[in-house]
Amino acid sequence: MSRHIHYAGSANTLPGMAPPLFAIENLHVGTDDTTILKGVDLRIEPGEVHALMGPNGSGKSTLASSLLGSPEYLVTDGRVLFRGDDITDWSADVRGKAGMFLAFQYPQEIPGVSVINFLRQALSARKGVDLSVLELRLSIMEWMDRLDMDPAFADRYLNEGFSGGEKKRNEILQMAILEPEIAILDETDSGLDIDALKVVARGVRAVKAERPDLGVLIITHYRRLLDELTPDVVHILVDGRVVASGGMELAEQLERDGYEAFR
Amino acid sequence: MASTDIGVDLSRYQLGWSDEEDYVFKPKRGLNDDIVHEMSWLKGEPDWMLDFRMKSLKRFRKRPMPSWGGDMSGIDFDNIYYYIKPTESLADDWDDVPDSIKNTYEKLGIPEAERKYLAGVTAQYESEVVYHKNREDLEAQGVLFADMDTAIREYPELVRQYFGKIIPPNDNKFSALNSATWSGGSFIYVPPGVEVEMPLQAYFRINAENMGQFERTLIIADKGSKVHYIEGCSAPVYSTDSLHSAVVEIAVGEGARVTYTTIQNWSNNVYNLVTKRARVEAEGHMEWIDGNIGSRLTMKYPGVVMVGPKASGEVLSVAYAGAGQHQDAGAKMVHAAPETTSKIVSKSISKDGGRTSYRGLVRVEDGAENCKSHVQCDALILDDDSISDTYPYMEVGSHDAVIGHEATVSKVADEQLFYLMSRGLTEEQAMGMVVNGFIEPVTRTLPMEYAVEWSRLIELQMEGSVG
Repeated sequence: MSRHIHYAGSANTLPGMAPPLFAIENLHVGTDDTTILKGVDLRIEPGEVHALMGPNGSGKSTLASSLLGSPEYLVTDGRVLFRGDDITDWSADVRGKAGMFLAFQYPQEIPGVSVINFLRQALSARKGVDLSVLELRLSIMEWMDRLDMDPAFADRYLNEGFSGGEKKRNEILQMAILEPEIAILDETDSGLDIDALKVVARGVRAVKAERPDLGVLIITHYRRLLDELTPDVVHILVDGRVVASGGMELAEQLERDGYEAFR
Repeated sequence: MASTDIGVDLSRYQLGWSDEEDYVFKPKRGLNDDIVHEMSWLKGEPDWMLDFRMKSLKRFRKRPMPSWGGDMSGIDFDNIYYYIKPTESLADDWDDVPDSIKNTYEKLGIPEAERKYLAGVTAQYESEVVYHKNREDLEAQGVLFADMDTAIREYPELVRQYFGKIIPPNDNKFSALNSATWSGGSFIYVPPGVEVEMPLQAYFRINAENMGQFERTLIIADKGSKVHYIEGCSAPVYSTDSLHSAVVEIAVGEGARVTYTTIQNWSNNVYNLVTKRARVEAEGHMEWIDGNIGSRLTMKYPGVVMVGPKASGEVLSVAYAGAGQHQDAGAKMVHAAPETTSKIVSKSISKDGGRTSYRGLVRVEDGAENCKSHVQCDALILDDDSISDTYPYMEVGSHDAVIGHEATVSKVADEQLFYLMSRGLTEEQAMGMVVNGFIEPVTRTLPMEYAVEWSRLIELQMEGSVG
């Protein structure tokens, strides 16, 4: 296997230089018998919004899951750096606690655990603050309002019986409350109608506005979420590799010519 | 790594201590006529009770050990103390309670719990009630709340009318044993139309090696009354086997409502073989909430016998079995009158080689028309070494009964754990959250303090055993 040449330079920084917020270097990921990611490089500075676009089977969701340390996948080469730390071997909980966040494409249902109770424990794990249910209820009200969520939502069981839009809004709510430093949105736009998409995008913009240093990686098939969130950099992932990086014009080219042009 | 050393596991519990024994009276181990005579004499019991004990002892001897359920081969009836009297007399005032016993309850949180919300406390230490207090508002309502020995002295007619009638001594081998050797337990009488707002509570604890505990509880809820009784159990760790065999009888009058909640957390050497049954008159309602997290073997099937039209019964149970544990639990619903309804919800969790069994009977008798029953049993198995099995029995004598039965067996999905862990929860916390969610339909029926304690117990069981 040939070594991939980094287009953005190594994340190993010189003394005195701040390390990038988040860097993926030559990442190879697979399962026991297949290689899915074949050398991915990506670098996100504080406050930057990146988009990663790719066709089905290109490895987008594998990347999202493996960035949070999913035990389903195996990193066979390369590394992931967060604030200069090599986190490649960190478990999912340590990554989450450190300030990484993944908005799941398919959020899991946890019967019997209310949204508010879950948020309370997650906040305690992430921030070490133990809010009472009442305190937390008050502090999430504003975010629920911004995300067009009914207050009764907090008492429903986590993702159980939620519509697609409710699940995605709930992910953004968690992102707002847990205050990560890097957020990965895995196909957050999938299954949403245009109104729900706008609500979710508004939520992400609001979180970003409050926390300007937040780095965001948007993983998507389509351009429509990017029109709402205007990324600084767009990357095209095909067959486990980033084949092109640029501005919004890449997304436009993609829409015009399809992925074939990038193969 | 899974911990297989039960002693180590339990030592993390706050309750894993034992006080020095300082007893006034201590008979020999084993069971014979003389010991039962002496016990009855020491308590100053009336002849009818002595007679009841001696007849029960004969029945106990005649009956074989049950051939079903769990492994009871470790029980040695000759190696058990059947009666230990901790102090000379019953203390009315907290100040009169001996310090070592007080310390025990301090650790169990009784004084604080009482200040907070308890209406009355009957705390059983060893075989006899040592501390018991009625709050004035209960007395003003005419509610009788006493230990069973006192009740026999003070309310002999009332006790005699019900004692051993709902669960006759010969019901099973262990009810016969309890009937012969019982000591301590609670007696409650709620007058017609009286609703007791606060839950009444008792703590039980075994504190002497090989000490059998055979408490006897009788609750009588008269017409249209309402009461909630909570029994919380915990025990320190001992290396040799111990037997707990209680009998709880409940008479639910017309239109009355009784809830009986148990949190059973015996140490993992205790055989917990308990008989609980309620008889419900017309339009009355009985609810058993039964949580079993401790013991080596539990065999317990709270029963509701519906004898009046439109009576109803519910059993909500949670069982957790870890290493070396077998929870054989369930329910028994007998529809003996028309238009009676019952519901059974059973949730079980097995882990580290533990075994949970649901064993339930729904019987609809001839002529009991338009009855309904629904059984839901869900098992959660946390690893490949653990076992769960189901033994549902239905005996339906009426042609129009509507009986439903649903059963599920599940595991915790890796995707669920990853989702929760990505939010910063450790694998153990994530597992605890999924398990607590699984039993939430039962824990939400508990008073807040108990629900919190129960969740904490589950979280403790998840610690140090994942990965």
